[in-house]
Amino acid sequence: MVKKEVTVLNATGLHARPASMFVQTAGKFKSKIFVIKDGNEINAKSIMGIMAGGISQGTTVEIQAEGDDETEAVDALVQLINDKFGE
Amino acid sequence: MFVKEGIIASPGIVIAKVLVYEKILIEVNESKIEDSEAEIIKFQNAVKKSHEQLETIRIKAISELGKEEGAIFEAHAMVLDDPEFVEGVETEINDNHLAADHAVKIITDRFYEIFDQMDDPYFSARAADIKDVGTRVLQNILGIVQADLSKLDEDVIIIADDLTPSDTAQMDKKRVIGFATNVGSRTSHTAIMARSLEIPAVLGLGDITETVKTGDLMVVDGLTGKVCVNPTNEQLESYENEKLKYRNYLKELEELKDLDAVTLDGRKVELVGNIGEPNDVAGVLKNGGVGVGLYRTEFLYMNSDVMPSEEKQFAAYRSVLEAFPNGPVIIRTLDIGGDKKLPYLPMDDELNPFLGMRAIRLCFKEIGLFKVQLRAILRASVYGQAHIMFPMISAITEVRQAKAILLDCMKELEAEKLPYDKAVKVGVMIEIPSAAIAADIISKEVDFFSIGTNDLCQYTLAVDRMNQEVSYLYDPFNPAILRLIKQVTATSDQKDNFFTGMCGEMAGDPLAAVLLLGLGLDEFSMSALSIPQIKKIIRSVRYEDAKNIADAALNMETGEEIMDFVQKSMKKLNLNI
Repeated sequence: MVKKEVTVLNATGLHARPASMFVQTAGKFKSKIFVIKDGNEINAKSIMGIMAGGISQGTTVEIQAEGDDETEAVDALVQLINDKFGE
Repeated sequence: MFVKEGIIASPGIVIAKVLVYEKILIEVNESKIEDSEAEIIKFQNAVKKSHEQLETIRIKAISELGKEEGAIFEAHAMVLDDPEFVEGVETEINDNHLAADHAVKIITDRFYEIFDQMDDPYFSARAADIKDVGTRVLQNILGIVQADLSKLDEDVIIIADDLTPSDTAQMDKKRVIGFATNVGSRTSHTAIMARSLEIPAVLGLGDITETVKTGDLMVVDGLTGKVCVNPTNEQLESYENEKLKYRNYLKELEELKDLDAVTLDGRKVELVGNIGEPNDVAGVLKNGGVGVGLYRTEFLYMNSDVMPSEEKQFAAYRSVLEAFPNGPVIIRTLDIGGDKKLPYLPMDDELNPFLGMRAIRLCFKEIGLFKVQLRAILRASVYGQAHIMFPMISAITEVRQAKAILLDCMKELEAEKLPYDKAVKVGVMIEIPSAAIAADIISKEVDFFSIGTNDLCQYTLAVDRMNQEVSYLYDPFNPAILRLIKQVTATSDQKDNFFTGMCGEMAGDPLAAVLLLGLGLDEFSMSALSIPQIKKIIRSVRYEDAKNIADAALNMETGEEIMDFVQKSMKKLNLNI
């Protein structure tokens, strides 16, 4: 399993467009991917889970992945967050 | 005939027959089902059918309403495929032996509640999306077909409990000319839809579906937030009138938008907007404002539970500056105290808060807080034409003190190699009578003035305009106020590269426009909606005439006499307001 911590920096957090970009990116990988926020596991491929997670600007989360492409998955999602979803 | 009041969701007035859009009540099968496999197949087929329907609607929405509206149905499709949704439903069917429809309802309700309880209006709107998708799947499981609004024979106002994206997307846009619903807010889907279709809507009417029937005549007045059902002839006539007036107003607004605020004889002034937050910029642009004459930064502080960070402020100032590449943006530093308090900044109760620790005085006491804001403004200054304005200045010593702190911040930024505009303009609010009287002295330290008439009036006339016993004394047309304004503009006239603006309510008052123009004001800052009307007046008058009117007014005895004279003079010049 690969995991990495990252802080959400874009102004709206994992709202609307960023949330769907995040879920779509997660969906490209075979691994099981979770976002850990305050100890809760959220399925990274679930738009409802991610949006209901209330991940706002300044929140630090952990991205966990397990599977064949776990390293690539975590890297891609961390990069997406660090790039502020191109905002 | 009756009138009901609701929430204004989209402006305009429309008169038409009502179509009550009632939804078929969905009842789910709550008994236990042994054959779970059959239920799973029912669910999967319904999901598949829903996907097909959503794709059809999505294409229709994109072509009729644009890409953004189409994206809603992409989001709906994502909910259909969502692992938490699908697995949730399948778990209910397999483990709890629920019928497919019952399971879908339980999972939809669960997510609906999570989103609905969030404070953020964005998420409350997503709750509606989830319900919309859930309802679609349920209907497909149960074989329910809803009323068809896609082909209508006449113009109608749609009456409903609430409207979902699925409802609005399939509507006949040419025939649906207004909405009135039981529930909803300014940020709900129905409101957003109405604004993007530019049709009037009044929401939150409570029980409108119970009180009107299909075929009733209705007026939806999105200007006052009222609906009038089966109006009398008299009412109908008055609404037709209002409708025409609003249409003409929109036309004028549109025609004036990109024109300069210039008098018939060529004097150009600047019409700019007062804003409280970056979102207000859209209104200023839409109404043809060329910049911001007053950015009330206290909202940044008041809408937050903690002191807003330098980064947060920087982002806000930058976004406003970037919206006006060629126009000034006057950022007023924190004006708190008096009647405005912050939860995280303890302030002592004062006997006379309006004469006490507020605005710049508070900033001098809380220098750390002041510097965070000045640094944020300076850093943002490279993105546009930033103007820094200090409020509640009573004498030149305070200007010097504020500028010394500003200079400290500049030095800090230089040491940190952070860029800022070295030529950033610095000005003050003229709202204390002493500053108006000593304007010539204060002008030595600044690049501009902005007259705050609300406080200038209160302080000069010693009247609290919120106190109903004495508010009759509050009068911006009082000769003493006009003379103070004249004293300020006279100073400004003698200096090069210097301007005097006004950001109080008087600047947006059509009755004051000619007078203020004649007094020599260079810039008028007002709420965005007032800009077109003031522009129209300025474009219809000669500066020479305005000056004569102002000169005469300065020698009159009372505010009443002045107002009366201005009204008559404007009539003579054929200026209708």
